[in-house]
This record gives sequence, structure tokens and C-alpha cells, in this order.
Amino acid sequence: MLRITRKIIPVLLAALLLAALTACGGSGDSDVITITNVSYDPTRELYEAYNELFTAWYLEETGQEVEVIQSHGGSGSQARSVIEGADADVVTLALAHDITLIEQAGLIESGWIDELPENSSPYTSTIVLLVRAGNEKNIQDWDDLLADGVEIITPDPKSSGGACWNFLAAWYYAGQLYDGDEELQKEFMTALYSNVIVMDSGARGATTTFVENGQGDVLIAWENEALQTVSEYPGEYEIITPSVSILAEPSVAVVDENAADNGTAQVAYDYLEYLYSDEAQRLAGEYGYRPSDQDILAEYADTFDLTVTLCSIDDFGGWDQAYEDFFNDGAIFDEIYEAIE
Amino acid sequence: MNGAVQQKKHRRSRVIPGFGLTMGVTVSMLSVLILIPLCSILGKAFTLTPAEFFAVITKANVLKAFGTSILCSFIAAAVNVVFGLMLAWVLVRYSFPGRRILDGLIELPFAMPTAVAGITLSRMYSDQGFMGKFLLNFGIQGSYTRVGLTIALVFVGIPFVVRAVQPVLEGLDEQYEEAAEMLGASRIRTFFRVILPELTPALLAGFGLALARGIGEYGSVIYISGNSEKNGTQVVSYVIMQKLNAGNVDYEGAAAIALVLLVISFALLFIINLIQARAARRLG
Amino acid sequence: MNKNKPTARQGGAGKYILIAVSVLFVLVMLIFPLGAVIGNSLKNGLAYYVSAISTKYVASAMRVTLIATVIAVLVNTFFGLMAAWLLTKFRFRGQGVLATAIDIPFSISPVIAGLAYIMTFGRSGWATPAVEWLNDLFGTDISLVFSVPGVVLATIFVTFPFVSRELIPVLNANGRDEEEAAALMGAGGWRIFRKITLPQIKWALLYGVILCTARALGEFGAVYAVSKTRGKTFTLPLEIDALYMSGTADSITAAFAVSSLLVVMAVILLVLRAVVEHIAGKNGKKEAQ
Repeated sequence: MLRITRKIIPVLLAALLLAALTACGGSGDSDVITITNVSYDPTRELYEAYNELFTAWYLEETGQEVEVIQSHGGSGSQARSVIEGADADVVTLALAHDITLIEQAGLIESGWIDELPENSSPYTSTIVLLVRAGNEKNIQDWDDLLADGVEIITPDPKSSGGACWNFLAAWYYAGQLYDGDEELQKEFMTALYSNVIVMDSGARGATTTFVENGQGDVLIAWENEALQTVSEYPGEYEIITPSVSILAEPSVAVVDENAADNGTAQVAYDYLEYLYSDEAQRLAGEYGYRPSDQDILAEYADTFDLTVTLCSIDDFGGWDQAYEDFFNDGAIFDEIYEAIE
Repeated sequence: MNGAVQQKKHRRSRVIPGFGLTMGVTVSMLSVLILIPLCSILGKAFTLTPAEFFAVITKANVLKAFGTSILCSFIAAAVNVVFGLMLAWVLVRYSFPGRRILDGLIELPFAMPTAVAGITLSRMYSDQGFMGKFLLNFGIQGSYTRVGLTIALVFVGIPFVVRAVQPVLEGLDEQYEEAAEMLGASRIRTFFRVILPELTPALLAGFGLALARGIGEYGSVIYISGNSEKNGTQVVSYVIMQKLNAGNVDYEGAAAIALVLLVISFALLFIINLIQARAARRLG
Repeated sequence: MNKNKPTARQGGAGKYILIAVSVLFVLVMLIFPLGAVIGNSLKNGLAYYVSAISTKYVASAMRVTLIATVIAVLVNTFFGLMAAWLLTKFRFRGQGVLATAIDIPFSISPVIAGLAYIMTFGRSGWATPAVEWLNDLFGTDISLVFSVPGVVLATIFVTFPFVSRELIPVLNANGRDEEEAAALMGAGGWRIFRKITLPQIKWALLYGVILCTARALGEFGAVYAVSKTRGKTFTLPLEIDALYMSGTADSITAAFAVSSLLVVMAVILLVLRAVVEHIAGKNGKKEAQ
């Protein structure tokens, strides 16, 4: 009995190893071109749907079967993973700045921003305030967030790109309110951030904290996230569009180096270009992103508040400048945060 | 862990074969898989000048995060010492229905993915969750406070103490206790004077391991802690990730903090090894 | 490891209080979370549960998880045997430091493990040219980060000492007299190991393998750093995180459904462990008689 067991064990081990190895090599289907799209957190659902749209269209158009692998995470850390060697064929990130970092690492050719229409931003978004039904604390604009007892949820600008947009939108509002007096703007932001009760590491985590775990009165959120929450839980939440906000232009680019290595340059380009088709633009609208095509955007006038005044990152001198002024160690955000009692 | 535990015998020539082979394999695998990657962190951290290095690790938020991690892990490990000792005692000394099931569950925190544990605990202890509501009766907030953080760390650390104490308790000769009791010592007195001293090294080792694990923990704490610098719920691993996720990645800063964390865990492990080696020598 | 029959000497009321408190502690700290996972996973009914765990992403994640676990367990078992032999059969300078070094992954932050691999094998890592050179040499195209091999490496890292930790105390307790005697009588190393050492440690070995498997199945932090693509290099814990992060009520239920898969696997392993211990205990007693 024992002797048999002794013989069986090595055979079993060998079989396991073999199984593991065959499983390793089991994914090589040569007819299908696989491309990897490294994106950021909130676009999960959009690209899930878009990939189906694109692969069906591409198969019909060219007879070529394509499989798209998705990757999601915080925009900054996603850019970092591409720089460190993640094999992305295309990147669809939250800010042009993150793509510029990949360009600086030599993986994307400079001039990518003019490669596709609208500064390579097929859709845009903005920042809104999401409150619970009834809006008990009567929040209408940014300055209502400063009132005593208002509990705010927003992610940490030190680790989340989305949180930087939130910060800048509020800062811009304060700038208009105080006519650019920086000290008063800082006081405004200090008061705002002292009402923040949970600072998650990313936009998605913040949404979960607000919606699923029921924390706080107001979530400073991406418009598309807010729209998704409202349609997911009808009657439980309201979107408040503030008087001013910021225009977020998520950018897309082919990672030239990787695509060349993988022989996918053409498919990768087609994948991004098709984002500008009418079908894809409407899909973006469905998922709460503002289509860059003005005519199609007009079709969604009910969904999006098109009257809001939007500042853009150029008002802050571009992302490099914004990071230097606001978010690097020791910059304005740290100063504000340290001033909180 | 118990490598240093060797009977003190006079050095004799190595009669057992395989020294070269096992030494070669052990050292090379250890180097390639563990030490060389860890050295990268060392290398990266040392690209900073000493002044810069010092500035990074003494920044207010970093110090605060170390404080939070160490304090919460310490409390969690202490809680685990008390309950771990009790559990080990119950499992070894008493027979009752369900004992085996209880025993089998101890390793659950090892086996449960840390992310799952974190997500689950943060829901259970938020003021919507049933444990959170229960705690609120006493005016205690669970999730997003240091309380929640400590609870997550208690969960993670349970197996360490129980599994360190259990074998020692099993090996304990009950004659001493019987003798003590026959001499008229009360049960409690017997426990504190006879049993506890024997268990102390194992308890310390379990405490140290739970502490070391807790200080570096990530998956199970990020969901429940709320990561607020203001409320002192940012842990060290979160600050490291923050450096890596920020718009301008700060590898050197991350590596510097990681290095301090590494030194702490290595020191803790080394102390545990010493304690156990000394205990083994005393018993042997 | 003889944790079988509890001693008969029983206390009075104290016994029941202690048992009650222990059971309560385990109930609140371990069983409640376990129940919460299962409960949440079934919130949308059984049909949803089945559809949630039978997506292609879950299938792929399951495959990667199993590959990583099997390889990690094999590698760590081999290493564990070697290291345990070295550390218990010989005395040498630096033994304490070596023993401590082996245990590092046990207490290290998984975040550091991931960071270390990225800094070594990532595109800008210093070991990357060497890896590329090896790839050229063998005509392969293996990447050690953001790939299945990277996931395997990270898993090996976090479970590295699990087997050796179980073996070393047993071997220490048994001493090395028998092996020395056998060696003096002229037996070779492999023969000594098979005839004398292996029978002593077989239960500890199995126990270590089971623990190692359990830990490998559930690793999150370290793998998270080196695996980014869903449906390709994701393991089950990462898939759970992705589902949870999708943030809709349904996807959160799906996240718990996939979690319940892992938890069930973990519970099976723990039951297996209890069985192993039970048998080991019985055998131990037989030998003693």
C-alpha cells in the first residue's frame, strides 16, 4: 500500500506540472489579434460595451477577429505600469499628462495629441456633486460644501487623478468668488477639506464609500460616475451641477513601441479612431461621457447640463504646472491639508 | 525560524551528506527570489542623499503613518495574545463538541484573500453593517476609524499567536501543575507561576509575528481604514502606494519608506528567532 | 504535532467560561465575516450567483490562480526541504541570519514585494538587460512583470517560507542521530532522506503544503503590483477587486460570489488540514505504543 502511494506521488506531481505548463501555453489562437487597452477606473463599463461594438464592426469591415484585453486602475498608476513594462497597445487615460509621461519614457511618439481629432479626446467629462435624495443639507454650489455639519467624500489628490480634478474645480470657483486672492482661496479650500470625512485612494473607492457604505452627505464625483449611480439607484440620489466646474479631457493614444512589437499598430489605430464614429459617440453618451461630436452631444442635452461654465486645465497652465503648484510634496494641497485642525 | 535552535553539541565533522548541495540550493534560491529583488529597494533608496532620505522618512504624514501602523498593530497583537492564549488553551486542554471545527477555523485569515477580508469587514463594521450598528450603541464607529483598522489587524493576526502557543502547550508536562496544585496552589496561581513562564517565549514569538505582519498589512486594511491623514488612519503601506500612484511617481520616496519598513520587520524577526533559540536552549 | 486528545483534567465553571469566550471570539472575528461573504454572494439569488462565477474572466482568473499556486507550491516545497535539511542537519556560521532571511516574506508587506519585483524586473529595472539577454539566448519572449510568470514569481515570494517553517521544528525535535548513524554505515544522502527523514516529516510536509496552497490562492497585494490585465493575468483575488471596483450593486454581489469560491476552497483546505492532523496524530500514537 505504502509502496504504491510512493510511486503515485511523483506521477501526480508530474501530471500537475504538465497541466500547469499546457495551461500556460493554451492561449495561442493565431487567427485572432489581441490588443490590450490600458485605461483608468471609471471607464470599465464604457469599454466593456465599446469592445463589443468595435470587434463586431471590425469583423464585418475587415474579416479580422480582434480580442481586446482591458486593464483598469488609477490613471497615474496605470501610466506607471505601462512605463514599467505592461504590454499596452493603446492607452485611454484620464489626463493627457499621464500619456505624456509614457511619451517621455520613449514608448509613444511625440505629437500623439494631434494624431486624432479633438486633441485625441473622443469624449469629455466634468465634475459634479452627488447628494442623497431630498438634498437635506441643501447643497446647490461649491460654497454650500463649507457649511458646518456637511460631510464630504472625495478621493485623495495625492493618489488619484480624479481627485485632482475635484480640487481644481473647487479652486477655480473660489478664484472667481474672491477675485483671485490666493490666501482667501486657500482658506476656502481648507474649510472645504475639513469637511471631508473619508478620503479614499481612488474615485471608485470614494463612490463605493458614499453609495454602498452610506458615508457622507455629498460625493464630489465624475459626471459619468454620478449619472451611473443615479440610474442604478433610481430615486435615491440627485446630481447637483455647480455653477462652475472643470472640463476633463481624457486622452487616448497608441503605444507605438508596443504596438510595433506586437504587430498591432493598424488595429490599435483603428480601435481608437472608431471611438469617433457616430455609434461609439452615442455609446459614450449612454455611459455618461460627453461626446466630443457637438451634434451628438446636443442629442443628450437632457442628460448633461450644457449651461455650466467649464474651466480647463489650461487655466492652470497645463498639468505639469498644476502638479508643481498644487499637488507635489509641499505644494498648495499639502499646505491646505496641514492647516486643517 | 528555528534554524538557530540547535542542541549545543561540540562541533563534529559533518557526517551527514548534502551540506554543499542544500547550502547551494538554499542560498541561490533565496538570493534570486527574495534577496536580490529586495536589494533593488535598498539601491533605489540609497540614490537619495542621507539628508533627502531623512527628510522623506521624517515628513509629518510619514511619521504619523508609522505611528498609526505600529500603534494599531501593537494593540491588535496584544488582543491576539490574550485571545490567542485562551483559544490555544481551550483547544489543547478541553474536549467539547465542535473543538475540531474551531481548530480548523484558526487559519481562515491566512487562507481568506486579504482583499476579500478587507471588503467584507469594511461593510460589516460600517454604520450600515450589523456589527457597525452594534458598536454604535456604545458610541463607537467601526469602519473608517482606527477602531476598524485595529479590528482588521486582529483578524489578520489570529493564527500567529494560536499556532505559536499550541505546540508548546501540548508539550508541557502536566506533572508540574499537578504538583503545584497538590501543594495547595490555586489554579490561577498555578497558571501564572508555572504555566505562563513556560509559554512566554512562544507568546512573544506569536506577538512579534502578528506585529510584523500588521505593520506591513495592506489588502485587508485599505478598505476599512478610510486612509485619512487627519484622522490618523493612513497606514505605512498606503503611504508607499500613494507615492507610486501619484501623478508624479516618486520611486525614491517609496523605496525609502519601504526600506524603513523592511528594517523593522527584519529586526522583529531576528528578535523572535533569538527568543525562540534561547527558549529551546533552556528547555533542551 | 500531537494535538489530538485533550487531557482529561477538566476545570469547573472556569472551563465553560473560557470555552464560551473563545467560541464567541471565533464567532465574531472569523465566522461572521465568513457568513457575510456567503450571505452577500447569494443576495441576488442562485441563478445570478451561477452566472457571476461562470464568466470568461472568472475562468481565466481561475486558470492563472491555479497555475501560480501549483508552481509556487512545487518550488517552495523543494526549497523548504533543502532549507530544512541545511538548517537542521548542520551547524555553520551565519545560520541564524540565514534562518531569519528565509522568513522575511512571512512578515514583509506585500506592497514591498511587488515594488521590489517592479524595480528589479520592470522596464527600467536593473535586471532587465539580463532577462532580455537570456530571452535572446533561448529565443523566448518571457517577461517577468505584468505577465503570468510575474504573477507566479510574486506568489512564490509571499509563500516562500511556508513549507520550511513547518519542517524545521519537527526535524529539530527529532535530532540528527539516526541520520548520522545511517551516514556512518555508508548510506547515501538521498537514501537517508527517503528512509529516515521523510517518514519523520511527511505530515509536517503535507501540512506545510496545504498552508502554502491556501496562502497562494489568496494573495493580493504583491500580485496586484505585477498584474494589470483582466482576463489575461488576473488571479481570482484581483478579479474580485475588479468586480468590487466596478461599483454597481450587481457587480459587488458578483465580487462576493467569486470570493465565496475562494473561501470555499480555503475551507476545504482547512478541513483537509484537520484531517491530516487527525491521521498524523493517530499514526503518532500507534508508533508510540
